[in-house]
Amino acid sequence: MGQEFRIIVLIKQVPDIEKVRFDVDTGRVDRSSAPGETNPFDLHALEAGLQIKERFGGSITIISMGPRQAESSLKDALARGADRAILLTDPRLAGADTIATAKALAATIKKLGRFDLILCGEKTVDGDTGQVGPEVAELLEIPHAAYVCEIREVTRESIKVVSDMGDKYLYELKLPALLTVTRELNSPRLPTLKGLLRAKRAEIEIWTADNLLEYASIDQLGFQGSKTRVTKVIIPGVEHRKGIILRGDDAVKKISEVILREVLRR
Amino acid sequence: MSDILVYAETAGSAIHPVTFELLGKAGELAERLGLKVSSAVLGYNISDEAPELIYHGADKVYVYDDERLRDLNVISYKNVLVRLAREIKPEIFLLGATPWGRSLAPRIAAALDTGLTADCIDLQISEDGRLIQVRPAFTGNILAYIETTSKPIMATIRYRVMKKPPRDPDRRGEIIARKPEGIDEEWVRCLGKISEKRVSLADAEVIVAGGRGLKRKEDLRLLEELAGLLCGVIGVSRPLVEEGWISKDHQVGFSGNVVKPKLYIACGISGSPQHLAGMRDSNMIIAINNDPSAPIFRYADYGVVADLYDAIPKLIHSLTEAMSREGRSSRRA
Ligand SMILES: Cc1cc2nc3c(=O)[nH]c(=O)nc-3n(C[C@H](O)[C@H](O)[C@H](O)COP(=O)(O)OP(=O)(O)OC[C@H]3O[C@@H](n4cnc5c(N)ncnc54)[C@H](O)[C@@H]3O)c2cc1C
Repeated sequence: MGQEFRIIVLIKQVPDIEKVRFDVDTGRVDRSSAPGETNPFDLHALEAGLQIKERFGGSITIISMGPRQAESSLKDALARGADRAILLTDPRLAGADTIATAKALAATIKKLGRFDLILCGEKTVDGDTGQVGPEVAELLEIPHAAYVCEIREVTRESIKVVSDMGDKYLYELKLPALLTVTRELNSPRLPTLKGLLRAKRAEIEIWTADNLLEYASIDQLGFQGSKTRVTKVIIPGVEHRKGIILRGDDAVKKISEVILREVLRR
Repeated sequence: MSDILVYAETAGSAIHPVTFELLGKAGELAERLGLKVSSAVLGYNISDEAPELIYHGADKVYVYDDERLRDLNVISYKNVLVRLAREIKPEIFLLGATPWGRSLAPRIAAALDTGLTADCIDLQISEDGRLIQVRPAFTGNILAYIETTSKPIMATIRYRVMKKPPRDPDRRGEIIARKPEGIDEEWVRCLGKISEKRVSLADAEVIVAGGRGLKRKEDLRLLEELAGLLCGVIGVSRPLVEEGWISKDHQVGFSGNVVKPKLYIACGISGSPQHLAGMRDSNMIIAINNDPSAPIFRYADYGVVADLYDAIPKLIHSLTEAMSREGRSSRRA
């Protein structure tokens, strides 16, 4: 029945945010004690891809940009059922802001050729921006829907999704299209034993900036291609909080006085 | 003179209040930088709203009132705004960091090939006149100060972090009606709004929030009672939404609502980074938790180390008594 349905899932490896140490005094973010894991939102994007593949057949290609360690996230995606994984890794791609990241990813996708659907998480837990998905869609000149919490219908030509923007809207997008998904969309499956064995043997394709030069010039990529610069980082403290701890019988009475004084009388 | 362009978001036909906050900030920046404030409003039957933008600080308003802009179609809206930006070449282009704004802005930035800073909570001007954008990152654990090297400088700004300017109906400005070009009739079709959010946590002045310290769904009633007393609304941590106890509209945190009420009462919530990301800027935080080492206490103004099943009924009782006392005395007065 025609051509295979090609799905691309964009994932990022992020530090386990609960284990990152934030030093209020120096403003330093110490990731050394935080192991890398796949951005939680991206696992829902992958799961959506797997469910569509189960119904339609086709293939899932994972693309990630990051340091070499990110291979473990790609292996994990293969173990969950993805077919192919590409890691963009190159010092010339490092230090990219969202637009430079989107250009690298869009160039990769163009190089891969025909595709039907691109899936990504609504945002990452380290960058928090949620911008890369829609930027990739614009660069590829395809429609997108953000904050997708439900996929209602997929055909070869189009996809119907619910976008949660506070109010929920039903959209129909012509394919190829890109979706950024929320954690409400599904529950990600775990890797199977068979998947783990297969992933162990599978090769992660390593691409560098050189692979992208047909579709992006070096000065559009990485730090050089970025149009925003982080000039300072601070770790907000909690000095402005009163930090009064109450226990025992009086505690509730005191709190009730505070509430009446500070909140209700105004 | 060039402009600071503010996108006026319309949900249905009303202008989203974040727009007025942006106009206020844009006015401040414009004065310091010697710029003017323009605004663009898109939608259907929205022309009547245009003067409001002027009353809140716009010098010029571009109005795209067209039936084909009735639905939020990201391609049409992007095309219209990209064309306008190419024409008037603003220095700075601001949008609200609402879900819609955060979906639309990146497309515009990519089309204009310019930098975009997400979800800012402050905009400052450096001594040498550069715009510094301040935004949380790492799940809200850090604040990054960001400068943009391309034009326009684009940013989405969080709701309720900037002050709404006073409305001045004597303020004058220019309203320019425009015909939209680049309407998408092919790629995206909005088949309608299928549900409205039930509460707007972002607008609430008081939030009584419950977490996994609650043992059963029914126990949310306890929080409802307290919230009712304080004219507040219920918030929850994510696990309660995952359990299906309550709709996602009520979720506070990194993947839910970011809130900034006058009072946030966290009951049986541990204070995970993801939860804190949504409420740490509340004006006053009270935490009730039976574990004295719970991280939430470090972020609270007042912490009550207690079993919530014991403390909340007592708190309700104590507040009710105090309020009826006060009611009596104010009636006497
Ligand atoms: C990508 C990602 C996004 C996330 N987004 C969000 C988000 O938006 N919002 C969010 O909230 N979470 C989010 N989470 C989940 C988050 O990591 C935590 O798991 C969650 O916030 C914990 O909720 P909790 O505090 O209710 O539960 P717990 O951490 O289990 O805390 C329960 C607390 O209740 C106290 N308690 C127990 N019994 C009582 C009692 N009888 N009286 C008083 N206190 C009691 C305990 O001491 C404990 O401190 C996200 C996680 C990820 C990975």
